[in-house]
Amino acid sequence: MATTYRICPRSGLQFDTDAEKLMRWNAVAGVLALLLGGIMALGVILTRWPAVHLLPADQFYLALTSHGINMLLFWIIFFEMAVLYFASSTLLHCRLATPKIAWAGFWLMAIGAIMTNVAIFQGESSVMFTSYVPMQAKPHFYLGLILFAVGALIGCFVFLGTLVVAKAEKTYEGSIPLVTFGALTAAIIAIFTIASGAVILIPTFLWSLGYIREIDTIMYRVVWWAMGHSSQQINVSAHVAIWYAGAAIVFGAKPMSEKVSRSAFLLYILFLQLASAHHLLSDPGVGSEWKVVNTSYFMYFAVLASMIHGMTIPGAIEQAQRAKGYNKGLFEWLRKAPWGNPAFSAVFLSLVGFGFLGGISGVMMGTEQLNLLIHNTIYVPGHFHATVVIGTTLAFMGLTYFLVPVLFKREVLFPGFAKLQPYLFGLSMYVVALVMMGAGTLGVSRRHWDMAFAGSGMAYEWPGAAYLMMGLTGIFGVIAIIGGAGWILQVVLSLLFGKKLDDGETRSTPIPLTLPPQTGGHAAHVATPGTMVLALVFLVSFILYYFVNWKYLSSLWGMA
Amino acid sequence: MADQEERVPVMQQVLDNPFLLLFLGITVPTVLYIVWGVMEVANIAVAR
Repeated sequence: MATTYRICPRSGLQFDTDAEKLMRWNAVAGVLALLLGGIMALGVILTRWPAVHLLPADQFYLALTSHGINMLLFWIIFFEMAVLYFASSTLLHCRLATPKIAWAGFWLMAIGAIMTNVAIFQGESSVMFTSYVPMQAKPHFYLGLILFAVGALIGCFVFLGTLVVAKAEKTYEGSIPLVTFGALTAAIIAIFTIASGAVILIPTFLWSLGYIREIDTIMYRVVWWAMGHSSQQINVSAHVAIWYAGAAIVFGAKPMSEKVSRSAFLLYILFLQLASAHHLLSDPGVGSEWKVVNTSYFMYFAVLASMIHGMTIPGAIEQAQRAKGYNKGLFEWLRKAPWGNPAFSAVFLSLVGFGFLGGISGVMMGTEQLNLLIHNTIYVPGHFHATVVIGTTLAFMGLTYFLVPVLFKREVLFPGFAKLQPYLFGLSMYVVALVMMGAGTLGVSRRHWDMAFAGSGMAYEWPGAAYLMMGLTGIFGVIAIIGGAGWILQVVLSLLFGKKLDDGETRSTPIPLTLPPQTGGHAAHVATPGTMVLALVFLVSFILYYFVNWKYLSSLWGMA
Repeated sequence: MADQEERVPVMQQVLDNPFLLLFLGITVPTVLYIVWGVMEVANIAVAR
């Protein structure tokens, strides 16, 4: 069947109709995984809230397994597939390479996700997201993950194939747009992630069938984390690409410097995956050289890249706002930003929370000595709820407010709630991440069903602050879940009952993309003093927090 | 002069080549993280 293209009358974007359908299905599958993961989050948070302690131990670990896998893999990667097809076919104005193979990839992912969830809910695969051996799940738990990974790998190669198609058919000239480059970064990290997953999950699947006698536990952890952590680095690249897209969509902002932003993405491609090693900083078996080179020397290049993005995106927004005349003082450009537009507020909250909460805590955790303070405590989920929930999920939510009318051709229902939702979800997650990290600093363990160890001979007398912070985790976690559930409800109701919008013109040939030459692809020079002040505030917070933790370590680890 | 203006800088050529980037993005973490890490674990003496 010949390819057709729809021109969206609201955004001017051009959708290959095959790619458009794939984006919709992947986004919907992602939201279903988010719904399931969110329901499980309620079980987890109400159990870890000491005063409530809702679920018995077996159900808690089942809920925790389902929550982790649905949120960290299925929700995020389904949505990322939609982002990859959007960033290639739509932004490059070309047809999607091999749509039938892309559909095969989608169905493999869907079957895999269902199979793994079935294994979890049958109750004998509560091995949590990490599925550390020698804990053993049922074979279809691993098989589902393998099928999901193969499907996602196919999606990544369809994305790369679409770049080849666009170049061969000359739908663009020069370099691909920056947002597509960010998506390319995510796809490359995804391919490394999935290959690492195959290396460890295929033998583990065979072990669960009895074909392999044992899996070495340390070896498993080393290779598994190449998948487990890198899968979250796909998110980082994808949500940074969405931040750039958000700045362009809402403000018409151009990157401050294409070269600098692309070089920062290159640092991600080279070094971001090495952060996986910070999960093994307290492990025996791997030496300090391996730990320090990976998590300090090289990971800092990736941290540098994040700081570049964290500065250039607000900088680009400031330039665009100042060009519109918002020049008064340091922050008029920020005060006059469209705070009621969820596509902006979600991106901005995502950027600030990711940098201040996720970024700073990530560097602290990635330091071998400081890691001893918080290893295996609830600080770690505090950190990754700042990166994955505030950073990625909130950015994806913001993008969805743009996509509902553009991709799904429906008007967003309840616009008043839409204005509020990023604050309700985002700010309550800020508190959740902070209090989790606070409780973790006091030593409260992650994953544990009962922090009080009630009835055991090894009960520990926690300070009152630890219980207070776990209680706050519960209260604000429930508020965040309400914010997330509200978003799901709003999106689903909008898709079902929102006013149908005009489809726009359908063509049989694409309109070629006209990009400015790369050297001219950045904004004209406008000073950005407000962004500079924000960057300095970040730097001071970073330095203070980092050294406070060294002071804290010295008080726990007396040298005399 | 015109040739000089049209010459694409080396760094841009690297950034414009998705398959070179794919090669780098797989090789660097595979060598530094996986191969090096697995070699370290494989070299742990077995307890007798």
